Amino acid sequence: MSFKHNNIMTKSLVLLSLWLGAAGQSLAESKFNFQEPVNQIGRDIYDLHMLVFWICVVIGVGVFGMMIYSIFTHRKSKGAVASDFHESAKVEVVWTIIPFLILIAVAIPATKTLIELEDTSDADMTVKVTALQWKWKYDYGNGVTFISSLHPDHNEARRRNSGVDVTKIEHYLLEVDNQLVLPINKKIRFLVTSDDVIHSFWVPKFAMKKDAIPGYVNETWTTIEKEGVYRGQCTELCGQDHAFMPIVVNAKNENDFNAWMDQQKTASAAAAAEAASDKVWSEADLVARGESIYMGKGGCFGCHGANGEGVAIFPKLAGSAIANGDAAKHIDVVVNGVAGSAMAAYSGQLNDLELAAVITYERKAWGNNASVVQPADIKAAR
Amino acid sequence: MSETMTHDAHHEEHPTGIKRWLFTTNHKDIGTLYLWFSFTMFMLGGVMALVIRAELFQPGMQIVDPNFFNMMTTLHGLIMVFGAIMPAFVGLANWQVPMMIGAPDMALPRMNNWSFWILPFAATMLVAPMFFGGDFMSGQGPAFGWTFYEPLSGQYQHLAFFVFAIHLLGFSSIMGSINIIATILNMRAPGMTLMKMPMFVWTWLITAFLLIAVMPVLAGAVTMMLTDRYFGTSFFDAAGGGDPVLFQHIFWFFGHPEVYIMILPAFGVISEIIPTFARKKLFGYASMVYAVASIAFLSFIVWAHHMFTVGMPVAGELYFMYATVMIAVPTAVKVFNWATTMWRGSMTFETPMLWAIATVFLFTIGGFTGLMLGVAPADFQYHDTYFVVAHFHYVLVSGALFGIIGGVMYWLPKWTGNMYSETLGKWHFWLTMIGMNLTFFPMHFTGLAGMPRRYADYPLQFAEFNQLSTIGAFIFGFSQLLLLYVVIKCIKGGEKATDRVWEGSHGLEWTLPSPAPYHSFNTAPEVK
Repeated sequence: MSFKHNNIMTKSLVLLSLWLGAAGQSLAESKFNFQEPVNQIGRDIYDLHMLVFWICVVIGVGVFGMMIYSIFTHRKSKGAVASDFHESAKVEVVWTIIPFLILIAVAIPATKTLIELEDTSDADMTVKVTALQWKWKYDYGNGVTFISSLHPDHNEARRRNSGVDVTKIEHYLLEVDNQLVLPINKKIRFLVTSDDVIHSFWVPKFAMKKDAIPGYVNETWTTIEKEGVYRGQCTELCGQDHAFMPIVVNAKNENDFNAWMDQQKTASAAAAAEAASDKVWSEADLVARGESIYMGKGGCFGCHGANGEGVAIFPKLAGSAIANGDAAKHIDVVVNGVAGSAMAAYSGQLNDLELAAVITYERKAWGNNASVVQPADIKAAR
Repeated sequence: MSETMTHDAHHEEHPTGIKRWLFTTNHKDIGTLYLWFSFTMFMLGGVMALVIRAELFQPGMQIVDPNFFNMMTTLHGLIMVFGAIMPAFVGLANWQVPMMIGAPDMALPRMNNWSFWILPFAATMLVAPMFFGGDFMSGQGPAFGWTFYEPLSGQYQHLAFFVFAIHLLGFSSIMGSINIIATILNMRAPGMTLMKMPMFVWTWLITAFLLIAVMPVLAGAVTMMLTDRYFGTSFFDAAGGGDPVLFQHIFWFFGHPEVYIMILPAFGVISEIIPTFARKKLFGYASMVYAVASIAFLSFIVWAHHMFTVGMPVAGELYFMYATVMIAVPTAVKVFNWATTMWRGSMTFETPMLWAIATVFLFTIGGFTGLMLGVAPADFQYHDTYFVVAHFHYVLVSGALFGIIGGVMYWLPKWTGNMYSETLGKWHFWLTMIGMNLTFFPMHFTGLAGMPRRYADYPLQFAEFNQLSTIGAFIFGFSQLLLLYVVIKCIKGGEKATDRVWEGSHGLEWTLPSPAPYHSFNTAPEVK
């Protein structure tokens, strides 16, 4: 039973899909069933899913068929007279044993697939995935690491009363600022963890899902057979912006991937050198960089609002005592977070320059007016 | 239901007005209180569900903010589980268990009163933080899902409200269960051996033991959350050496039996209804009892199937998969028994029978998806998607809730002395059926296609099915006003019910007059 040749359900539902407006998009993508997997483990899981589904259909047709026949035939209005049988050891033993045998038949392929699914050995490369409220941090283990958040345009559009027609946005909620770039035809192992609450790392077409849990490093793996962009989402409730932290994988061939990696290494070395230098930055530079971090990589606006006005239960920054007060306190809150609240520690997410910029922005924007914070101040506070 | 009082001329005076309800120790009054409380919570949780569905009618955020949305999903779940379904079954038990076993009342009437009157306070405490904060949209109610996984729930500023609400709900359930067990084991009429008890009584006896076993586990979990938060312990905090996954193990050790707590009494109700309207004895009574007992036992050893993605060792995953799919065997036995009870009966289709048949059909669909979810490798794809939402609503709406409504319609003439309107009852049934299936069936598809649950907003490809679900939910929700009307109309009057009420009725409750006297059996009946 391969996915392509035996997908009876998808085929028989093509007409219904047309009605549902799927015509504009790829017809191959069913709206009724799994997204088409791009690796062998995904096809194995799909086959298992369909096997159990068809077993249920057959049993359902039998049981429901009997009940429906009975409902239409054995009714008093048709003169049916009730029999008085009410037990039969033979029948009862038979219908206890048959389901048991069916379960054994399902358990055999399920066991095989499960063992394969959990086998992370002999990986060609490893990527560390750290979940944060509400973005993903990817670390290739060679100095290249970055944070991936919902694309700023989508982030703007998804706000209540944004005035944007989200149905006009391509891949709405499934686009990020920095894609996770991976090579095809390699066994890629992911080490999945979290810095705050539990999240879950899922890309449906890879048939790969693993919870990101603080204090745990979970393992999962995938291989990707085709170049392309694959989209997934967080699947464990992680607070208000649970729906707004997609995973977007860009799968490239080996040459393109290596070229991309070289470029990243150069860029990250330059950024690290810049952040570590003792250069004193101008207020305008810091505010400009800070705004893009506040609205992008840092994701600060998610809770504190695009204009520092606060969102729902989260505090506003415009006019706040901390943003207008002592810089040391403000640095402490952003760098170390606030225990027992949703305010995360940003020390591991942003470098000194980025932290200085976003703190300066918060101290200068929306009518706030307090001191400028330099990267050196952050370094001293760490 | 003041009519019931007039049939009590031979007994002592009891208070009237508000005092009657506050101080009552009568099983019928307390049952009535439970059922009305449950209906109120059903409406409240239902309104929350409609807020959820209205927001999800189209992509983009239109009505509420994400935090408010999460508060709705959380409170909807908690209120429906602890406020609507569980109290409704205790209400049915209060009314029916003494009448079905030939007893005058429950064994522990004062505790009965207390176990009910805790509930309104617990519910208030749970919901109150919604109204803290400046404006309604910045309400501070719990917003971490009904499963309240740590460490997300640990970020909640009013954690103590939540913890004590759960403690109170637990006290109430435990007291209710002790009472039910004491009543069933001590107050059965002479001659009613355990294996002659009605199925509803059997299912409740087993459910009560489940409750006593798992509610303290839940209380332990929330107490650990409380000390983590306010007394500096680190049970669930990885930074202090604690373990967030431990929380899930404890929660689901409670949570899985809880699922059966909500479904077993419904099995009992439909096992009463189907034989009545098929005019034929329940097929395989003994195997029904053993099946319920097996399901209850298995429910304790399968909990981690809710946690296949947390990173358990593969041996653990295999064990939990095998144990989980085993539950299909006793469940299948029950479905086969109901179908065979109908087979070659002489059926009529009054409203309670419609609910019972719908329960068998739709619960079985929920059972099928449950089997699919139990197959671990496939669960990695289903987990935390709308497929799961579809599954547990097929189990809990068309299993538990339909069972409750069926039971209410079945026994309502006995309680009020009047027949309900068969026409309106059937209208309510069909509208609910259409609404329920339109709401939850499309969720199978959105889930398989990849929509995660607890999402305030979603990618465009899920728009059509979400729209259908929302339309269905509004039909389903508003149809319940018709239920309210049918019940009130029946309480106020209608065609007088006979003592037997139904042509095919069987069991002690039908030997009592309709409406049943205030103290059910003053002289114990003899069961042969």
